[in-house]
Amino acid sequence: MKQKLVLIGNGMAGVRALEELFKHNTTDDSGSDLYDITVIGSEPHPNYNRIMLSPVLAGEQTIDDIILNSLEWYEENNITLITGDAATEISRVKKSVVTESGKEFPYDRLLIATGSNPFIIPVPGADKEGVLGFRDIHDVDVMVQAAKDYKKAVVIGGGLLGLEAANGLMKQGMDVTVVHLLDSLMEHQLDKPASALLKASLEERGMKFLMEASTAEILGDERVNAVKFADGSEVDADLVVMAVGIRPNIELAQKAGIHCERGIVVNDTMQTFDPVIYSVGECVQHRGECYGLVAPLFEQAKVAANHLAQVGSTRYIGSMTSTKLKVTGIDLFSAGEFNEEEGDEVLQMQDVASGVYKKLVLRDNVIKGAVMFGDTMDGTWYFSLMRDASNIADFRKTILFGQHDLGDAGHGDDTRVMSLPDDAEICGCNGVTKGDIVQAISKNGLFTLEEVRAHTKASSSCGSCTGLVESILASTVGEGYEAAPSKKPICGCTDHSHDDVIDAIKDHKLKSIPAVYEFLEWKTPDGCAACRPAVNYYLLARWPEEYKDDLQSRFINERAHGNIQKDGTYSVVPRMFGGLVKPDELRAIADVCDKFNVPEMKVTGGQRIDMFGIKKEDLPAMWKDLSDAGFVSGHAYGKAMRTVKTCAGKTWCRFGTQNSTGLGVKLEELTWGSYMQHKFKLAVSGCPRNCAEATIKDFGVVCVDSGYELHIGGNGGIKVRVTDLLCKVDTEEEVLEYCAAFTQKYREEAHYLERTAPWVERVGLTYIKECILDDEKERKALAERFKISQKIAQVDPWKARAEGEAAHEFTPLKIAG
Amino acid sequence: MSDWTEVVALEEIPQLGSRVIKTDTMSIAVFRTADDQVFAMKDECPHKQGPLSQGIVHGTSVTCPLHNWKIDLASGEALGPDEGCTNVFPTKVENGVVFIDLKVSAAA
Repeated sequence: MKQKLVLIGNGMAGVRALEELFKHNTTDDSGSDLYDITVIGSEPHPNYNRIMLSPVLAGEQTIDDIILNSLEWYEENNITLITGDAATEISRVKKSVVTESGKEFPYDRLLIATGSNPFIIPVPGADKEGVLGFRDIHDVDVMVQAAKDYKKAVVIGGGLLGLEAANGLMKQGMDVTVVHLLDSLMEHQLDKPASALLKASLEERGMKFLMEASTAEILGDERVNAVKFADGSEVDADLVVMAVGIRPNIELAQKAGIHCERGIVVNDTMQTFDPVIYSVGECVQHRGECYGLVAPLFEQAKVAANHLAQVGSTRYIGSMTSTKLKVTGIDLFSAGEFNEEEGDEVLQMQDVASGVYKKLVLRDNVIKGAVMFGDTMDGTWYFSLMRDASNIADFRKTILFGQHDLGDAGHGDDTRVMSLPDDAEICGCNGVTKGDIVQAISKNGLFTLEEVRAHTKASSSCGSCTGLVESILASTVGEGYEAAPSKKPICGCTDHSHDDVIDAIKDHKLKSIPAVYEFLEWKTPDGCAACRPAVNYYLLARWPEEYKDDLQSRFINERAHGNIQKDGTYSVVPRMFGGLVKPDELRAIADVCDKFNVPEMKVTGGQRIDMFGIKKEDLPAMWKDLSDAGFVSGHAYGKAMRTVKTCAGKTWCRFGTQNSTGLGVKLEELTWGSYMQHKFKLAVSGCPRNCAEATIKDFGVVCVDSGYELHIGGNGGIKVRVTDLLCKVDTEEEVLEYCAAFTQKYREEAHYLERTAPWVERVGLTYIKECILDDEKERKALAERFKISQKIAQVDPWKARAEGEAAHEFTPLKIAG
Repeated sequence: MSDWTEVVALEEIPQLGSRVIKTDTMSIAVFRTADDQVFAMKDECPHKQGPLSQGIVHGTSVTCPLHNWKIDLASGEALGPDEGCTNVFPTKVENGVVFIDLKVSAAA
């Protein structure tokens, strides 16, 4: 028997809850949908993106651009949509909703998402023509029309919404004065210096301000013609927009006897005091908080949907919010407690000439709040550090200068992303411009990085432009963007994060992919191309002796043990320990190339030889020849230990110290064959001239006269990151032990596809030092676990396949036809 | 009229995996899902002709190894915001043997 679900409020929060509901398999045993859904909306439009009203008012976008769900969407999902007919009564006894036009809709479950109303200051004359709030498409229509017929506009309220309205009216050609009760703008989001910068910047654009002005009366006959203030002064006005705040719209719920305070009071599963009635959005009060930003509403929608779909036990536990002002050309960011309290520390940077101001409020080395003006590039980064309560002690000296690995591949130091022209290329891999991204965001109603990736392909290849894309996303959707959620699911197949999976595998002794999927209630039967390789790796890293690697959960490169090229052929790189090679070995490689008609060879960046253009079916035979000549797989194709790069070394180089080349060979013998979360590179340099470039490797050794410097977390690829110095040791044995321990620490704890550089930045150098330097027992245990896993890993996959393992992988079937 | 060609024993295709069939004119990928459904399609992603047979199979779709397009195994259509389609061929399994009908799609 189908249940009836009625949604009151055809807005972003409510409809998002329905979208989340549809993500679940909401069919009963007979295969029909769980719910018959009716949506009742007072506005005559389908669901649109309310936070994009400001750009519409500014003439930068049209109403059509901001429609989130077309009428077809409602039809496709069998939703009965009632528009332009407000719900007027909820009868909890009859379990039904009555609308203005007298229609009645019975419900089994009710979802109230009535949003909020603009607060209209109760001064005399507030009901005159030409006085309105800024809340919906109708308000925008009225303002755009007024801009054609009238000249002077007054916006009451110098907060986020008021300034966006003022900017839009100015763009429509009106002469705009902003009236604010206090002495600084956006006092809920900005400290005084940032507020002053903002005001100056807006004044430069022609906006006028009346500060510390208390509105007393709206003057005029039928239509407004002036605003009068408490001190007796007046200002002419043909249009007055009140943007002094919003009030949760609780009238309907209150009338129905549902417990309300400031908003409709809900519990952690978004249920009101009547458990069949849910509520989400701006009308809600949760743990004493009402939210007026969209990111928390989406979190609430997800929780309500999970509960309605009768799956999972997710709870809403409140949100941390950040703000961006959507005024084109003004970059402003604010989050958390931006005014310091006693005992807090403040990091501050101000460059008046370039109009840049940044401030971070710290408590015990954890970010509590941030205000930025002019350069907001790193806002999303600070916000995620704040949400995760990360200890920033390791990089507090440089934190104000921004994130290391952000936007330096081909983007120069152009951090003012919103001032870039539309044709500026953001994603160099896929040729995506800023204009493409902005358009995709507004046209398709995108809110997350994942969605932008899916629609534009930007940031979906090498990822080096991720910071820029996030920044564009944040600026375009303003407060709607949720930077790096505190708990990021691995993929759409689950709500669980990488850490959840790693912990569950360890704590609950899960030893197969189906066991993990069952225990963590995966939403798909066998995952997807994102989560299955991750889970397979985590199992392999945790239970090396028991878990059998699942080949169908590996990317093709690791299944075929070669690097797939764009024409579907493979490349083959034999291992050369420490980069050393003998004449016979080179001869064998040359013979192999002749025998298999290898069209091209080259020397790789990691000091190995790469043979390109190999047909898949030729691989086992080629490996047999290489194996017979003494070579093993170079793993140049895998998320695995790649190479140990070495310099000329003491034998020949007049500057060399220690036996660096020999140490390189030993390190490669120790680590080869090991699978990792990502590729993992090592190097050993014989002196501080560092010819092997050890300080941009995952683990680098620089030999000095008195011993060995150990460096970790470097990256020479997408984003260059110089290593952190872990420590200095005296003997080769120590180098090998520390290397094994560091490698194993990374293998056990980093997220799949996270290289050591971002991992070290995420967990902090201090943490790694505590485990590896300060705790000898732990270090030795880690090194021992690495050795155990290596016993299983150091079986050459090429030799095994040359001898017939996984033959089906390499043998095509031939038929006529 | 159907024209079934015997291809391979079902057990020769790994679950959540594939085999490649080479005909005189093209390569065809034959997929086997976790619940032993079998699908066949031209071994070319509609995006940049990546070999779909080399992708990861999940549910009834495959993710292309080159640029992560997701293709529906039954229809050959790209999923999500991507648009494109690959030829599919009817298949059947009888007594543990996989058959494929090459004529149908060739005519379509």
